[in-house]
Amino acid sequence: MGAQIRVYRQKIASTQSMGKIFKAMELIATSRIGKARSRMTASLPYANAITRAVSAAASQSEVDHPLTTEPEQVRRSAVLILSSDRGLAGAYSASVLKQAEGLTELLRDEGKEVKYYLVGRKALAYYDFRGREYAKVWTGGTDNPDFETAREIGATLLEDFATDFAEGGVDEIHVVYTRFQSMVVQEPVVTRLLPLEVVEGDAPADSSELLPLYEYEPEPEEVLDALLPRYIESRIFAAMLQAAASELAARQRAMKAAGDNATELVKKYTRLRNNARQAEITQELTEIVGGADALNAS
Amino acid sequence: MAELDVEIVAADHFVWSGAATLVKARTSNGDIGVLPGHTPVLAVMEPGQLEITPVSGSKVLVDAEGGFFSVDKDRVVIVADNARLQDAATAGNR
Repeated sequence: MGAQIRVYRQKIASTQSMGKIFKAMELIATSRIGKARSRMTASLPYANAITRAVSAAASQSEVDHPLTTEPEQVRRSAVLILSSDRGLAGAYSASVLKQAEGLTELLRDEGKEVKYYLVGRKALAYYDFRGREYAKVWTGGTDNPDFETAREIGATLLEDFATDFAEGGVDEIHVVYTRFQSMVVQEPVVTRLLPLEVVEGDAPADSSELLPLYEYEPEPEEVLDALLPRYIESRIFAAMLQAAASELAARQRAMKAAGDNATELVKKYTRLRNNARQAEITQELTEIVGGADALNAS
Repeated sequence: MAELDVEIVAADHFVWSGAATLVKARTSNGDIGVLPGHTPVLAVMEPGQLEITPVSGSKVLVDAEGGFFSVDKDRVVIVADNARLQDAATAGNR
């Protein structure tokens, strides 16, 4: 067997086994998207209820709550970046990180310092490799986030928000994550969590209906104290769920493309292998015929 | 107007919803009972038990580790941390 044929055989075998892995990963991602999306939907009632309550409380009461008032001067911003733990998801992590870079530039231009909070090993690797500093990092379970992590992130961010600038505190909090719009469209977005820009839900359909004038129990300040951390947690959790669904969708698409490419490659190598085999046979025949002719002629 | 539209949600899942005549909850100031026609209230809940008397069927008990609830035009939305229905038989009543 010629050396060329052997090389092609090896290439075909390895491409085929890679193709199997891609296919398996695609199927896994597909089966998990459904769950991720239903978790997104399941968290909606909570998010809606809490947003409505916070909107009502923040817009009606004349309470000056530190979380709702805009600081006079923003000197340091916190940026929470939601990336993935694993690669093989196309440009998913890269586009989130790119978005974060853009935001960083914008904030620096405004003369603000930037403090990073990272979620996912990909973001961690990116910042570690470039030797950049970050305040805190959470890894593990980016494709299946739990509420405890969201609560922890929320608590950390709020703590830094409450800290003075001189002691390393931050004046505003941004989140960079990938919004899941549909199975084919996921878009990296930036939202400012704090100071609050309370937007009433996603559906302004019944905007004619006024928010009720609530009575507070116990006191408006205490109600806001209890509400706002929950609101932040729920926003972070919602962002994490969106990011998880986006990650899976991105991975599914990337793996489908990789699988298709593997099939193409196998086809191409098979042709080349057949070609090489045929060339070898032809060469052998010419040699035999040539030899026989030489014998006859003599 | 004679009944309350109650919805109980936890952070990552939906707990219970349906029509009720009375909702009892524990706030930091003490227990509060909400009947139809109650004035709009936004209250912080203490860890404890919620008691809902539905229009039909037996009482629904929910364990919650804090949270808050809002009452607005006979619509009660209870946002509870780690809420659990005590009686699994009444789950998904809608």
